[in-house]
Amino acid sequence: MILEAERLSIAFGGVRAVDEVSLSVQPGLVFSIIGPNGAGKTTLLNLFSGLYAPMDGRVRLAGEDVTGLAPDWLARRGLSRTFQNLQIFFRMTALENVMVGRHRHEATGILSELLHLPLVDRQNRRTREAARAALARVGLETEADRPASALPYGALKRLEIARALASEPTVLLLDEPAAGCNPVETNELDGVIRSMVEDGVTVVLVEHDMRLVMNISDRIHVLANGRTLAEGTAAEVRSNSAVVEAYLGVGSQEAVHALG
Amino acid sequence: MRALLSHRLAGLAAIAAITVLLPPFFPSLYYYRVGALVFIFALAAVGLNLLMGFAGQVSLGHAGFLGIGGYAVAIAPTYLGLPSWTCIFGGALLSGLVAFLVGRPILRLKGHYLAVATLGFGVLVAIVLTNEAVWTGGPDGMSVPQLTLFTWRVRGSDTWYWIAAASFLLGATLALNLVDSPTGRALKAIHDSEVASSVLGVDVARQKLAIFVVSAVYASVAGSYLALFNGHITPDISGFLRSIELVAMVVLGGMGSVAGSLVGAAVLVVLPQILTALHDYEHMVLGLILMGFMIFLRQGIMPSLIAVVAGRRT
Repeated sequence: MILEAERLSIAFGGVRAVDEVSLSVQPGLVFSIIGPNGAGKTTLLNLFSGLYAPMDGRVRLAGEDVTGLAPDWLARRGLSRTFQNLQIFFRMTALENVMVGRHRHEATGILSELLHLPLVDRQNRRTREAARAALARVGLETEADRPASALPYGALKRLEIARALASEPTVLLLDEPAAGCNPVETNELDGVIRSMVEDGVTVVLVEHDMRLVMNISDRIHVLANGRTLAEGTAAEVRSNSAVVEAYLGVGSQEAVHALG
Repeated sequence: MRALLSHRLAGLAAIAAITVLLPPFFPSLYYYRVGALVFIFALAAVGLNLLMGFAGQVSLGHAGFLGIGGYAVAIAPTYLGLPSWTCIFGGALLSGLVAFLVGRPILRLKGHYLAVATLGFGVLVAIVLTNEAVWTGGPDGMSVPQLTLFTWRVRGSDTWYWIAAASFLLGATLALNLVDSPTGRALKAIHDSEVASSVLGVDVARQKLAIFVVSAVYASVAGSYLALFNGHITPDISGFLRSIELVAMVVLGGMGSVAGSLVGAAVLVVLPQILTALHDYEHMVLGLILMGFMIFLRQGIMPSLIAVVAGRRT
């Protein structure tokens, strides 16, 4: 298992946002987490990426107990993510944003940087090339030198993915990457995710676009009110009556339809 | 050599040229004096700009490091007989160490808390310098032994003009080098989103601490120069107003603009000299002019001018 949660719990002001959730993500797959609004999906990603420390339970990354470790520590061990509400470096160009994604692969000390030793030049060049390649993978290579603040919403979504990709993660957490995307963009996103998986990246996907989720997921974990409701393949989840009911509040044919 | 010719340092080359071409037009030594002060304060402002303009961390206590650097070249040569030039380095080392110790707990704080904590630090240094009268001469300060490099006694405003200018250019070069590096990118990233930086592997607290230490060293060296140049030092060097003045230089010249720090320092050093002619109204007019700058050139002087030249006003 590349990423595991064991009875993970966290509460905010008495509300148990994530309540004894256990799950195991196999390497090289697309593992989706779905559920109604407020089910605790993003909270779970925040626990995985170290932004929150759980009150109870363990998180394991590649078998190693990483519970409560800082986000940057996890990132240096190959866990990267994107954000539901964009976290873009707006003072930078698109390319510079992605260059920051290379941070964990850069190895120049502050003294050599102050003196601008030749190794810093070489490092900058390598970083720039890798960042350009990452931009190209999401189709943003022509926007490289534009300020991030000048890019439209859909492009910023892809920029975040490129930035995370540039860090060459082993596990990539995507928090609603298709939100605000039109059907064409969502299709492209599907392709981008598939190409990542081909490269051996494990993708953990939180997403409301059920077409995308059902198409691409190897396994789907369903949350409701912070608790696990079901887990299985797309077909299994779709035919699970508890899932259908929780998802739309009522058990109905339309609900089954909505789940694709 | 190639690095010197690159675009990154082209602006500094222009500044260097102006620095060399200006003195023949100075009517008196007094102009050298003002020029030297401009470069000394610009050096401190460049360091503070790395912290404020790039990493986005406000320090309201940076004059504390001016004081440490200044009193290092006053106390150590006077009481221990150490050569002054070694004390510039010693003061810088001490400032870096103090910044490290003070910064470790402070830099976990965000926003206004950091500003208030650094403010406290600056005030603390000023109080210590005032109270430890046996060593520092108390509120009246103490005289600072002349800088001697081997057999050369450094004196005269013209000499200091060249030393300060060269030091500023060196400091600005190092700053621009840092901006164009992995650390520089990480600092800019922290400014925009600490969360995003951290999930990309940036150790936010460590990067902030590193740049705080670097900026303290800049301020310390500037403080040493100021003390050596004036030949006298008082605790005012670490006063709250000095700290605010440094922040004003950075903001006025332009956050994140290294050349802007020189412009900001020039305005805040030169304007009061000109305005002394107005006697009682000096401070009022100075305040009005600064307000005018910030209203009409909101991003600071250099970035606004660059935007105008580039033809895309924002």
